[in-house]
Amino acid sequence: MLTRPDRATIVTLLAPPTVWALHFLTAYILAAIACAKGWDLGGVRLVIAAATAAALVFIVLAARAAHRHTGFTADTPPHDDPTRASRMRQMGAATFLVAALSFVAVVFTGLPAAFIADCR
Amino acid sequence: MSDDLSRNTLAEAQAARLRHVWANPRGWRYWSAVNNTEVGIWYIVTAFGFFLFAGVLALIVRAQLAVPQNDLVSPEFYNQAFTLHGTMMMFLFAVPIFEAVAILLLPQMLAARDLPFPRLSAFGFWCFLIGGTFVAGSIFFDAAPASGWFMYPPLATNKDLAGIGADIWLLGLSFIEVASIAAAVELIVGVLKCRPPGMRIHLMPLYCWYVLIVAGMILFAFPPLIAGDILFELQRMFDWPFFDPDRGGDPVLWQHLFWIFGHPEVYIIFLPSIALMAMIVPTFSQVPITGYGWIVLAAVGTGFLSFGLWAHHMYTTGLPALSLGFFSAASEAVAIPTGVQIFVFIATMATGRVIFSVPMLFAAGALAVFVFGGLTGVMVALAPFDWQAHDTHFVVAHLHYTLIGGMLLPLIAGLYYFFPFATKRMLSARLGRWAFWLIFTGFNITFLPMHFTGLRGMPRRVFTYPAGHGWDWLNLISTFGAYIMAIGVLIVVVDVVRALRHGRPAPRNPWNAGTLEWTVETSDENWGVRSVPQISSRYPLWDQPGLVEEMDQGRGYLPDAAAGRRETLITGVLDATPEQVQRLPTNSFRPLAAAVFIGTCFIAATFEWWWLATAGGIIGIGVILGWLWTGTARPPEAAMMDAGRGLTLPLYASGPRSVGWWAMCITMVGDATAFISLVFGYFFYWTIHAEFPPPEATGPGLAWPGIAAATGLAAWATVLAARHANRAGRVAIARLALIAGAGLAIASIAAGAAAILTTGLDPVVHVYDATVWVLVIWTALHLAAGVLMQLYCLARSLAGHMTPLHDIDIRNVALYWHFTAGTLAVTMAVIGLFPLASG
Ligand code: HEM
Ligand SMILES: [Cu+2]
Repeated sequence: MLTRPDRATIVTLLAPPTVWALHFLTAYILAAIACAKGWDLGGVRLVIAAATAAALVFIVLAARAAHRHTGFTADTPPHDDPTRASRMRQMGAATFLVAALSFVAVVFTGLPAAFIADCR
Repeated sequence: MSDDLSRNTLAEAQAARLRHVWANPRGWRYWSAVNNTEVGIWYIVTAFGFFLFAGVLALIVRAQLAVPQNDLVSPEFYNQAFTLHGTMMMFLFAVPIFEAVAILLLPQMLAARDLPFPRLSAFGFWCFLIGGTFVAGSIFFDAAPASGWFMYPPLATNKDLAGIGADIWLLGLSFIEVASIAAAVELIVGVLKCRPPGMRIHLMPLYCWYVLIVAGMILFAFPPLIAGDILFELQRMFDWPFFDPDRGGDPVLWQHLFWIFGHPEVYIIFLPSIALMAMIVPTFSQVPITGYGWIVLAAVGTGFLSFGLWAHHMYTTGLPALSLGFFSAASEAVAIPTGVQIFVFIATMATGRVIFSVPMLFAAGALAVFVFGGLTGVMVALAPFDWQAHDTHFVVAHLHYTLIGGMLLPLIAGLYYFFPFATKRMLSARLGRWAFWLIFTGFNITFLPMHFTGLRGMPRRVFTYPAGHGWDWLNLISTFGAYIMAIGVLIVVVDVVRALRHGRPAPRNPWNAGTLEWTVETSDENWGVRSVPQISSRYPLWDQPGLVEEMDQGRGYLPDAAAGRRETLITGVLDATPEQVQRLPTNSFRPLAAAVFIGTCFIAATFEWWWLATAGGIIGIGVILGWLWTGTARPPEAAMMDAGRGLTLPLYASGPRSVGWWAMCITMVGDATAFISLVFGYFFYWTIHAEFPPPEATGPGLAWPGIAAATGLAAWATVLAARHANRAGRVAIARLALIAGAGLAIASIAAGAAAILTTGLDPVVHVYDATVWVLVIWTALHLAAGVLMQLYCLARSLAGHMTPLHDIDIRNVALYWHFTAGTLAVTMAVIGLFPLASG
């Protein structure tokens, strides 16, 4: 993925939403345990904020790599030539869009933790 | 001239051989067919039959609700009717129809001869038929499930309130869920490894993207439900208190496990139907889809996000507002990719010149209905609104707008579109229009008023209601609409039956579509494709002139069946470069027999006839072993074969290059998900109890779990050693290692048994004890299966089917053992070490 930025594969395509899933689980599980066990929610909210930041950074990096795969403006969609290069561009374009959606979704998940301060 | 002549005679001879190899069995043996064209049709017809059955139940429900204080049916029957209606629509129609259609279409769309595991498809179908008939038939014995399609405890765990119907639901559907997972494995491997040469991943039809995503979702969504079913059944049969608060359990755990499955399920239903639209819309717009990447985004995005929504069905259970916030956020986010999906269709229609044929009519109607359902969805995704609307007919209206707009109408569009593909005949456009308008208006007349009865407070799942709440005439209108819609559905059925005999014969590619499934021949050839083409476009039939002639004349790959065996081409995941020729198994009664015996096991367990259940299970496993033994991984007669067009390919591959390895890997991901769900249960109980394990708990200690882990991991090491030794040609050592490994695994099982039996744990007393028991039993069963596999490899080696060069068996078994070792390690750490950390 990020370590091999020259390749666009199914793994790179699925990486950003996987990060969303991990972030979502972290936030949900931490909050659920904290509220059930009466832990301090302030600390948990900080951890969620940090996790959100980390997830967003990863997604931005993934989006940049994906954007590179699209070949910038060298070729415009529909990227349907029977070549390896075209495949890279198409997967890059799709990955870029998926990353953008994952970015929004991570922000959405982070918001409740920013605004809700107790366990009611 | 003479060249041409000899070419022709050669092609004739090849065609004759192919025809012979792919021929269907005749007479009563027809039912041993495993070819996707047969199994796909059986599957579709069966699922559609269940749809009609569930639809009749809906009509009864609607008739009962027509007027206040009605006594057309008894309350008991009403409960069974709506529960079975919902259950059958979801489990016996909506999900299976996806698998059915995909099994029928996918191979032809990929110009493959068949999917890689045809017998697995057949097995899945027979499981579905047996399990489905069992569940559906229960209503004739007044024994159908009656607690709603999501079976909430404590109602559904109570043996007095929920009789045998609940067991029928749990066991009958578990049996079918296993079949669904089998189909998912088959479809994923099919999309990834069975594409025609040149069909790189960015050229594959959008349908394939959806199949890939949806099958992946099944893999993560169904296992939590299976885990939940296990806990549920253990409570009902043996009184283990998983959902009983008096003994430490919690009914909310079921809600979590059910909805972790249940919400993605809605998208598992919706996406495949959208996939049909993604094939239909470009065809009738006569332009490629606008924004291929956007559709991939939509499929991947909804696939993922739909897993973050489950608790929006649990807004009223008293979860903390913070948790609700997360789920509300994800519920709103999922609207984005869903919306993108719809805009892409609209954009495609806008760029082309739309031909408003019957499939397009249904597709357009589907979009309208679905968008409306989506809007009410955004409303109920907001927790405060949902607190008002929860469990009212507003929700019934919402869910039917999404399900009928999102799956039923697109499916009927697909029926009209693909009918000529499947039957070589056309449905009537005139009747189709009648059907559409009746269904469309009938549907709205039925369900629009339910928004209002719901907002006026009418609860769902009530068998009758008092007059004078402003519900009366709205309900009457609903009922009236339901029967109009039913007439529409009836017209579709009549048209289908009529067209089978008297329909206008379809020309080849009647809609002038661009994708490969329309290369299907108008004669009754069973080989799928005469030869496999080289692909260089997303719409090969539009962009590659002469392609069809080339395929028909056998100038593509695999034009022959020289060895007298069924064969298909295996290609690389990303670029579809040819890798291997895969030998496929032929027709056999074994899948049917396996389904019958395993089904006997499940059905007998419902009635607690333990001897019959055990016998069925053992014979079933025996049949499966026999099927594997005779049907899989036989060393071929030659290492390589001529695949046509100057290409020579290997006939055997093992490890990650073989389809079997992928299937095992994917299956085990699903298996691991079920296991994680059980572990989730353990920690869920930990969160709701001040002290967990409870202070009075005595087991299981550290010693026995430690011994179990050590011996079990040693067994894993011996499997790896056996794999290495076999590869290196030291066959005798490999065999010894397999024997030693089996011994070690049995020792591990024994230590696990000691951990729960000798340390004072009693699963009936407290949920802690029961949870530890479940984890240990789950692990032990996996070890036991691992022993069976080791012995199987040993036998294969002794019989000469497994050699240093031909080692599919042991490599797959080693892969299985990786997962089993992980399961073992986690189980023992959780039950042995976690109490130390938390206590
Ligand atoms: C053919 C037209 C249909 C009609 C007239 C209809 C009617 C109804 C009615 C009136 C209810 C509410 C019963 C109650 O709460 O007392 C209901 C529930 C339900 N329906 Fe339908 N339905 C139809 C089609 C479908 C389809 C196509 C699906 C899914 C693919 C579906 C899935 C469900 C589910 C999941 C429930 C909830 C059951 C429960 O509360 O346990 N229905 N239906
Ligand atoms: Cu939902």
